Amino acid sequence: MGMAAEDQFHVLAVDDSIIDRKLIETLLKISSYQVTAVDSGSKALEFLGLHEEDEQSDANIPSVSPSNHHQVLEVNLIITDYCMPGMTGYDLLRKIKESKSLKDIPVVIMSSENEPSRINRCLEDGAQEFFLKPVQLSDVNKLRPHLLKGSSKGNQHTINKTDEATMEQENQSTERQRNILYHDLEVVQLEFDNL
Amino acid sequence: MEVGQMQRQWLDYTKSLFLEGFLDGQFLQLQQLQDESNPDFVVEVVSLFFEDSEKLLNDLTSALGQQSVDFKRVDAHVHQLKGSSSSIGAQRVKNACIALRNYCEEQNIEGCIGCLQQVKHEYNMVKNKLENLFRLEQQIVAAGGSIPMTELGF
Repeated sequence: MGMAAEDQFHVLAVDDSIIDRKLIETLLKISSYQVTAVDSGSKALEFLGLHEEDEQSDANIPSVSPSNHHQVLEVNLIITDYCMPGMTGYDLLRKIKESKSLKDIPVVIMSSENEPSRINRCLEDGAQEFFLKPVQLSDVNKLRPHLLKGSSKGNQHTINKTDEATMEQENQSTERQRNILYHDLEVVQLEFDNL
Repeated sequence: MEVGQMQRQWLDYTKSLFLEGFLDGQFLQLQQLQDESNPDFVVEVVSLFFEDSEKLLNDLTSALGQQSVDFKRVDAHVHQLKGSSSSIGAQRVKNACIALRNYCEEQNIEGCIGCLQQVKHEYNMVKNKLENLFRLEQQIVAAGGSIPMTELGF
């Protein structure tokens, strides 16, 4: 029943409430995600290997490497509470979207307050989804389409183009094979008829 | 008491908690997340809630007892308590918190203090009820039975 570590998506959950952390962790684990839960935006950035001072304006500088030697897994999605002391979920969202190395990681915001202006602001500034608390299993089920496995979006597009070209070629050869088969069948049919 | 009787008692007790509004649908969600790989989930989350709430209630008492009440601080604590009670389905505690937040917004100290009493009262009641429920569960499991969650029929 176990999935290999590489096959599982890794979600970083951020919430200052210990109860909500336990809840989101369980919801995610039940949905077969690997989870790391932290209690603040600054801890989240630390885990992601991003420090306050990092300003990646030069594209020649390689992506920020993890500061923690035990952070081997990449993060495929970040789900964060909105209302947190210090750095809010919105602040965290902005920092992630402003980071060259992290901006393509999908971010989902959770909040107990159903405030349309807050929701719109988050979605406009790059959040993929906004969940009202308490978060349900049905909400977590909405995450899968947003998940990005492996490299960044840019690379994925390139891969898709190559795949498309290959698929076209394969389709054409399959068509050819099918035609040959039909031809052979026809020949066989004719031979039967002639018996 | 034999297992069947205990299970019926558990069912009746649980249903009454919902009917009397102590618990809402969120508690059912928690129960549904509990399974063989996570057999103590509900007790664990609720225990965290008890610990967290007791601390918050103490902080609130202290904050409202200050010479000059810091309403922002009071509001922050109530917001936390409202959130956690909502997360475990403790409906009456959550509603009492909403009322307390309103008094806070009005900066009405008397109102806040009275409402805090109400929050404490609701908290103690649901704590008591949940502890009874968990004790029943322990007895059922100790007697070799299982907790008939699927028979709640909501």
